[in-house]
Order: sequence, then structure tokens, then C-alpha cells
Amino acid sequence: MSNNTDFTLAELMIVAASEAWRGDGEVLASGIGVIPRLGASLAKLTYAPELLMTDSECFLVEEPIPLGPRGDYVPKYSGYMSFERVFECVWGGRRHAMIGPTQIDRFGQTNLSVVGDYRKPKAAILGVRGLPGNSINHINSFFVPNHNTRVFVAGEVDMVSGVGFNPARWEPGMKQDFMDIRRIVTDLCVMDFEGPDHAIRVRSLHPGVSFDEVQEKTGFPLLKAPEMGETPHPTAAQLEIIRRLDPHDLRGAQIKGNPPGIRVAA
Amino acid sequence: MNKLMTAADVVAQLRDGMTIGFGGWGPRRKPMAIVREILRSDVKDLTVVSYGGPDVGMLCAAGKVKKLIFGFATLDAIPLEPWYRKVRESGALELMELDEGMWQWGLRAAGMRVPFLPTRCGLATDVTKLNPELKTIQSPYADGEVLLAMPALKLDVALVHVNVADQLGNTLIQGGDPYFDHLVARAADACYVSAERVEERLALTPDQARFNTFERYLVKGVVRAPCGAHPTTCAPEYGWDMGHFKRYVASAAEEGGWQAYMDEFVTPGEAAYQDKNGGIERMGTLPLPVF
Repeated sequence: MSNNTDFTLAELMIVAASEAWRGDGEVLASGIGVIPRLGASLAKLTYAPELLMTDSECFLVEEPIPLGPRGDYVPKYSGYMSFERVFECVWGGRRHAMIGPTQIDRFGQTNLSVVGDYRKPKAAILGVRGLPGNSINHINSFFVPNHNTRVFVAGEVDMVSGVGFNPARWEPGMKQDFMDIRRIVTDLCVMDFEGPDHAIRVRSLHPGVSFDEVQEKTGFPLLKAPEMGETPHPTAAQLEIIRRLDPHDLRGAQIKGNPPGIRVAA
Repeated sequence: MNKLMTAADVVAQLRDGMTIGFGGWGPRRKPMAIVREILRSDVKDLTVVSYGGPDVGMLCAAGKVKKLIFGFATLDAIPLEPWYRKVRESGALELMELDEGMWQWGLRAAGMRVPFLPTRCGLATDVTKLNPELKTIQSPYADGEVLLAMPALKLDVALVHVNVADQLGNTLIQGGDPYFDHLVARAADACYVSAERVEERLALTPDQARFNTFERYLVKGVVRAPCGAHPTTCAPEYGWDMGHFKRYVASAAEEGGWQAYMDEFVTPGEAAYQDKNGGIERMGTLPLPVF
């Protein structure tokens, strides 16, 4: 065990994100965004070398590429993964993506399209992108940099872009077996879908965060996992890898104010 | 056989109400020189089919879009496409919002001349609920699975930007990722390509010829358009123009912003456009983004 207390919340979340890919085997690990990508990279460089990763463009690499300007680092490509190949991978189910949806509901349904009324929305975001296909075909996890009730909404998300465990949405004969939602990593906690009927549970709380605070900032009731404890702190070895993968400290800009990993009681 | 024409010749083929597919992906290798020519024209009421970037945003800003068939619109490094967002939020667009996979499945079906292709993508989401014309179908085999029957997305016209073309309509896409331009080309009654360079007739090595992703019989016209993807990327030659994107994004927040953008960059023509953006020399050497 490390007793390292000098780490940021972003670094704690990177380590928590990396845990999402444990035990997946040879799948394409797609961490979309700085923290999920660093999480996937950390997983590959520690306990899961079998994971496949890309250069975030169209080539596969066995050595995760550091983020941002590369200096004299030269990527070593091991294969090809054009967007067209990514879709083949998605439909074949050999992928675990971690993405940051605009909204998530208690069923694990996600929204990346619009906030508010569909025809005349309060805010147009990106569009559904690949969420419908990803969510029904392969493993997904979610990343939320600012845990609040605007993200974790009461009721259903405004536009169901990614499928979830909502029985009302599934008609007889539709194949739900390939759907698999694993983890939600937020700035407050780590959650999973391992409660009764896939209810969302808090699996671990980040240092200094209470369950009540998480519940208060979530639009639907949460369960406590029986083994719920504190989110593991990064080890010195993990921090060294993270710093090497992110030499320009892009992670420092991901969470507002770049707070320390161990929260000082208010 | 010589398919060489101008962007204005291409736009002269367009009619109000047509369904037009665009190659590229988000802010990458979009046929922007032809898009600008559409912006200069009277063509309207278009159904635009795109993995959207500034092609979608600018056509929306100019009021050319009646219906959008899309999975997203983004400038990537600037996640929210400003003019798509503004026009989308006004409620002015008809929409068929599709999963990215469904979108290309529809183009594939059109290219293969079948009425639909089955997929799981889109089931159990609002994509099917909001587009009641999307039907499900039950597998006729023992599994009996219910699948979405993604209808063919037939295009009147496809517009694609490539690195190299010849006058016969042979094309090369030399960037790392060819995206889905081949599907866009196959789904259309007529595909027009713009190209960084146009040769009389390509004479390639086997390694070079592998960058050809669709056949010339699909190509009806070839437009010489150096830096024709600007301000989007055209790998491996040039990256996106972040300064230009910022100017474009700012226009969406300004009173009369679109008219000012048109006056400054579009209306005076492509030569003036290049001058305004520092000339071909600068535009063609913008660094590729690093991720």
C-alpha cells in the first residue's frame, strides 16, 4: 500500500477509471476524453496489457501514446483501426468504451443529443453519435467530471441516445444480452449497476466525500454497495505512469480548480 | 473522357429540395470549396446527409437546410458546432437523427440497392421513437430476433473532397482514415469530387493505388480545389485552421454574424477566400492536429 497523499482528484479518477477495464480480455479500450483515455492507458500499462488501444486516430498501438504535443516521442504502430474498422469492432462487441454523456438516468440510459424539448431544445449538444449502437453492442462505462442533478437526472434522460435497463424501452424479441454497463466514475465517487434489477450503487466514495452528499447531487435514489469504502488512492507507481502519459498536465484542466485528491472538510 | 468542371458547374446541377450527402467526418476533409459555392447560390430546401462539421453548420446558417439526416455535428476541438446549435435550437430544422452506424447502414443499403439493412443500433432509444418511419423486422430464422430495418438513404448528389483525382474520375484519399466517402459516393445518383490536385491520368505504383477507395464510374465530375477542405483538415497535407474556426464560432454570437462571415469570406469568391486566409501557402501547410 502506498501512503502517498500528494495527488490530485483527476489522478484519483484516472486510477478509478482504469479499474473499469479490469478483466475485459482482448477488447478495444476506448477512453473518450483526457481522464478516460489516461485511465485506459494506465490499465494497459499495468494489469491489462492485453487491451487494444489506438492513437486516438486510426492506428493501433501497443504502447499508449502520451497526450498532446509529442516532442521527440514517435508512436509505434501495431495495426490499423480506421473509423470503419471501429464500427466493425462495435458491432462484433469487442470493445469497452468510457464516455461522458450529458445526462444519465437511473436505468443507465444516456443522452448526448439535446437538453429540453426535442423539437425546440434548450441546448443542442452533439447528436446521438454512436451511443445507440455502442450501448446495445458492447461494454460501456461513463465518466462525469461534475456530479450533479443536471447530469444524473430524475426520470428519464431528455433524449434516450444510449440504451439502458429500462424495461419499458425494450420490446419482445429485441436482444438485450450484449448490453453491459459497468462503471460510472465521477468527481465524487465510483458507481456500478450491480444492485437489484441493475439499480445503481455507490461502490466507493472519493476521500472526504459522504454518501449523503452523493445522494443529494443525484436525481434518483442510490444504493450503497455492501463493501462500499474509499476509492483507492493512486500508488507512486501509478502516478509515475500518469505523469509520463500526460507530460503537459492536460489532466489538471479536467476538473474545475484541479483540487487535491484528498478533500479538506468544508 | 474529361470530367473536369468547376465548383460552379457542380452547383448548377443542384436543384431545390435535393438530398445531398457530404463526405468527410466532423471537421475533417469536408468538401468546403463546393459548400462555399452552394452558399453563394440560390439553391435551397436541401436535405443534408452528413457526419456533420462546418458543412452542416454553414448550410444551416445560410438557411439552405430543410432537413438534416445526421448523427452529430461538431468541430471536435471545439465540441459544439455553433451554427448547427443555433439553428437546431430555433426549431427550424426537420431532423432524422441517427446512430452513426445506422447512418452508414442506410448509405450501404442505397449503394447495394436493397430497401434496408438489419441492425440492432437504434433499438430501445428515442431514435426510433422520434422517427416513426423507422420500422423493425423479425428475423425469419429460428432466433426470431427483432431488429431495426434501416432504410436505404438514397442521395441525389454526393460531394466528396479527395487529395488527388484525375480527369477520368479516379481518386486517391491519402490521409490515414478514408472515413465513409466510398459509401456516400455509392449511395448517390451523381457524385462530384473536389481534389487538392487533378492530373490528366493517374499512373500509380501498387502502394499508391491502394488509396483509391471507390471507382471512377461513380464520379460524374472532378473539381480542382487546392485547399478545398479548408478550414477542415486534409490529411496528410494540412490540419484544420483553428483561427478561422474561432472567427466562425464568434460569428454565431454576433448580431448579423452570418452575413458578416459571408461578406468577408464567402461572397467575394474562392480566390479572395484564399487571400483572406493567408493564401494557399499558409492554408496548405497548417499543422495536423495531434491527439
